[in-house]
Amino acid sequence: MQDHGSRALRRLLDRLPEAVRGTHAERGDATALVDPERVHDVLRLLRDDPDLAFEMLTDVTCVDYLGEEPRFEMVYHLYSVAKNHRVRIKARVAESAPELPSAVALYPSANWMEREVWDLYGIRFRGHPDLRRLLLYDGFEGHPLRKDYPKEKRQPLVGPRN
Amino acid sequence: MADLAGRSRAPLEDDFERDLHTEHQLLNMGPSHPATHGTVKFLIELDGESIVDLDIQVGYLHRGFEKECEAGTWYQAIPYTDRLNYNSAALANLGFCLAVEKLIGLETPERCHWLRVLAGELARIADHLTRCGAGCLELQAMTPFLYGIEARELTWDLLEILCGARVTSHYIRIGGVKHEMPASFPAICGTNIAKIRALLRDFDEVVTSNRIFVDRLKGTGVISQQECLRYAVTGPMLRSTGVALDVRKDEPYLVYDQLDFDVPVGEVGDNYDRYLVCVEEMQQSLRLVEQCVEKLAKLGPGPVNSFDPRVRWPAKGRVFNQMEELIQHFKSVTEGPRVPAGEVYQAIESANGELGFYLVSDGSAVPVKVRCRPPSLINLAPMPAMLRGAFLADLIPTFDFINMVGGECDR
Repeated sequence: MQDHGSRALRRLLDRLPEAVRGTHAERGDATALVDPERVHDVLRLLRDDPDLAFEMLTDVTCVDYLGEEPRFEMVYHLYSVAKNHRVRIKARVAESAPELPSAVALYPSANWMEREVWDLYGIRFRGHPDLRRLLLYDGFEGHPLRKDYPKEKRQPLVGPRN
Repeated sequence: MADLAGRSRAPLEDDFERDLHTEHQLLNMGPSHPATHGTVKFLIELDGESIVDLDIQVGYLHRGFEKECEAGTWYQAIPYTDRLNYNSAALANLGFCLAVEKLIGLETPERCHWLRVLAGELARIADHLTRCGAGCLELQAMTPFLYGIEARELTWDLLEILCGARVTSHYIRIGGVKHEMPASFPAICGTNIAKIRALLRDFDEVVTSNRIFVDRLKGTGVISQQECLRYAVTGPMLRSTGVALDVRKDEPYLVYDQLDFDVPVGEVGDNYDRYLVCVEEMQQSLRLVEQCVEKLAKLGPGPVNSFDPRVRWPAKGRVFNQMEELIQHFKSVTEGPRVPAGEVYQAIESANGELGFYLVSDGSAVPVKVRCRPPSLINLAPMPAMLRGAFLADLIPTFDFINMVGGECDR
């Protein structure tokens, strides 16, 4: 596995080589595929290492590769204001146990974004303080951004509950 | 009653109220509330007038942006991006098209870069005017709102001349822009910018040192630098705390590295600083618009679209006369470009902060994933933390100057 000239990938391969499953830097975006159970350790290293200083977890999302195994891929984008660099961390999650550790304790910004991923993809986050749906309502059945959720499917809108 | 030094003092109201039985009140505010410009519901736990806890329920404008994009071609996603942040549609177009171009590895002509910056900066001014104008309206100030809206009309007039539409401009396309700037644009731009500057001056005189306005905004909705970074807050909200983070400066795209503009920052990160940052950013954007118009005149006529056959739409005259061009046109319309397999993240500085697009392609004409990183949603997330312990009335200006835009927040 190469570091592709990225400081973040080099440090990751130095410190947590067993957690990294692959790297690439296509189109200039440094990317590491990591073990889903080690996401927390990886993010902690990226945040706390003074040479990397990724203060911001800019984006958390998920991609559904229906038909592949493991089916889902979690995608984290990090940005360092101090060092002005970015890195992308990915982790594959199986459909049979769509669960991985939450990043909220490290980055509060993950709170709403993980809620959105739970809402739209049905991935559970262990240790999330408040894993409710974000955009859809309680009582909505299914997770609409999964590729096997039909686009034309309609569901009755239930009234608000407090 | 005696204080610590033994002097007697008059009993305070609190002493009487201490034994009074009180309980917290739960207040529903929204989803359509006259004092918020955005469809969002606040569930507020109140102790008297103080906010004890706040739950924000978003999603009322969820239209399934990502699901729709994953069902159409790459071109068909562009009109949806118009409707993300409908105050500054051109910026969302720009973010998406830059991301697709990065994925294809497409070079675009220089003239198109300047036109894109021009449209984007006009959209940014319109967005900030909406934020400041509507913000004043919700603090019961009608006059500055009308100044702001008048200036926004002038900005939209310019966008209409440039793009052909006022709000959902759909101007920036994959590989270029829709068409060349009309010849009448520079002259009208000059007059309109002078009018906008005069209106901004009026706005400034009515609002910036207005006692009521300052009292409502100063010291309310404060967020620290550290908290901003932890919550990944970007844009004017982060800059109001003193961090000069601007994607246009830090990771310059298009021709921002050749343009002369400043990044205004605040000090304490309250609503007043956010307001001042936005007002100054409008001035900077006006400067950028002027520079673009000047540069476009200097560049002279040239192509505004890429000649790359993957994204080029043949000229209409040739489509009707030549078989190959007809086939090319048919393919462009029915399926659009085939984007090479891979993934890409492209960030731009939108009016609210970092607008990012994360795209995944499998090499076909239909995207696998179109993720929009919505600054509106992410900037809204720390709002409960900012308002715990504050007065209910502080919620209104705080929400206004965070400037959550429903279309982008809920997608």
